[in-house]
Amino acid sequence: MSLAMKALKKSPWVFHVNTGACNNCDIEILDCLTPRFDLERFGILLVGSIRHADVLLVTGPVTRNCLPRIKRLYEQAPKPIKVVALGACGCRCGIFKDGYNIIGPLDKHIPVDAYIPGCPPKPEAIIMGVVKLLGTL
Amino acid sequence: MVKKIPIGPYHPVLEEPEFFELHVEGERVVGIDITIGWSHRGIELLSEHKTWDQVPFLVERVCGICSCSHPFAYVKAVEDCAGIEVPLRAQYIRLIVAELERLHSHLLWTGLAGHFIGYNTVFMWAWKYREPVLDILEAVTGNRNHYAMLRVGGVRRDLPESEVPMVLERLDELEKNNELLTKAIVDDPVIHARTKGVGVFDRKMCRLYGALGPTARAGGYDVDARRDHPIDAYDKVDFDVILCENGDVFDKAVVRQLENFEAIKIIRQCLKQMEPGEIATEVHEIPPGEGLGIYEAPRGEVLHYIRSDGGNMPLRHKIRAPSFNNILTNEVSVVGETVADAGLITAAVDPCYSCTERVGIVDRGDGGRWVASEGDLIRMSQERTEKIRKELQGNRRNG
Repeated sequence: MSLAMKALKKSPWVFHVNTGACNNCDIEILDCLTPRFDLERFGILLVGSIRHADVLLVTGPVTRNCLPRIKRLYEQAPKPIKVVALGACGCRCGIFKDGYNIIGPLDKHIPVDAYIPGCPPKPEAIIMGVVKLLGTL
Repeated sequence: MVKKIPIGPYHPVLEEPEFFELHVEGERVVGIDITIGWSHRGIELLSEHKTWDQVPFLVERVCGICSCSHPFAYVKAVEDCAGIEVPLRAQYIRLIVAELERLHSHLLWTGLAGHFIGYNTVFMWAWKYREPVLDILEAVTGNRNHYAMLRVGGVRRDLPESEVPMVLERLDELEKNNELLTKAIVDDPVIHARTKGVGVFDRKMCRLYGALGPTARAGGYDVDARRDHPIDAYDKVDFDVILCENGDVFDKAVVRQLENFEAIKIIRQCLKQMEPGEIATEVHEIPPGEGLGIYEAPRGEVLHYIRSDGGNMPLRHKIRAPSFNNILTNEVSVVGETVADAGLITAAVDPCYSCTERVGIVDRGDGGRWVASEGDLIRMSQERTEKIRKELQGNRRNG
């Protein structure tokens, strides 16, 4: 295991992007950080810049407006970066699949390492997804 | 010289991606340019290709926080078109879910506003107190969010009698906690200094801009769709419409906190008045015609219009959400304030504008542009709170 990977595994910093989601996934992510679930005690932190991140967490079906931005974010990310698609929309566009402004799902445009399905996934499911992802490193 | 500060379109926590461009002269904001449409998913067209019973699942995904309000307005529109009578028990269950949603939405906002001015304790407390509300929703509807509770003609699930004591117990607990939180906000001198007289949007402007919900009521503009156009059992329960008069950020917070008490009051009355009975009317067809549904969501009045040709799908479905009106109020309330306050003011109308994901600064003179790291606005805002706190402590020592 390289040093970079080892460091990544101990405290994955997460950058979160909404590419047209309905917010519920985003709220549940925040919920993970608040007292009941408190992910921060495991070193998992939401960061504000992609340049500080180890994990790119994407919610929502990819809309036409968002596609250039999410591609650019992926290019700007320091490698190695792990990409997680969260929620039914992130995984397979969910109920918005047939929308004219939707050109997702995410894995058509950037490589995805983990999928956490659910609409929205419960905080427990999000934690489990993150743990499984770390287990593969 | 006027400089431009673009904010958005992404922030880690948000209602919908929005893009604000602040025009500043030094510290003062002299103008704002608002662009929306980043998460446009074409829901109206999608809903015209779904059957009447499928549409509630789609419209509750318009916005994750209002996932009872949009279906509520939609089913009222369809029931208006078809002239359907809803059983009384179903009406009360609808009210309970809708008011629980208001509770969790307002607590969420209070937490985010606390985070924004650098009071992370308020953030953590409010979100901790919000968890019991989600527990009740999970017990009653089966899901923490996206309740899938409403259908044309009634509700999908009954509220079992065995859950009622648990709901009442959690509400008592919540009422006590909410009182604590309200007092903490109303009595804190630093919160006063940061929010009083900031981002004022008065009654006259509310009328002019068509502001809705807590944004309007904080400015003294008396509008509440629950009272003005009572739907379902809202005319059978007793509640007050909370009004303030200044329209600043402080008043917006107070209105939301006090509305929580009203929501708890409504839920208690519903549980008391509810009697056993049917939970849905059988609906066979929607006749040709049109219908309008209006409901007071946590953020303001939401309006759904449907048109039917007698088939199994809506011919036209129009949605008007309150945030659309409220976001435009920023155009007035931000101007003249400092950059450090701008983030707080745009957040105060509750588009869940809480964290800026990145801040870029455009210099109009040479066209140069640089991107700073995230949360610059939050950092500036938090630094300002710190400064005020130190000044207050200094005054106390000197006095």
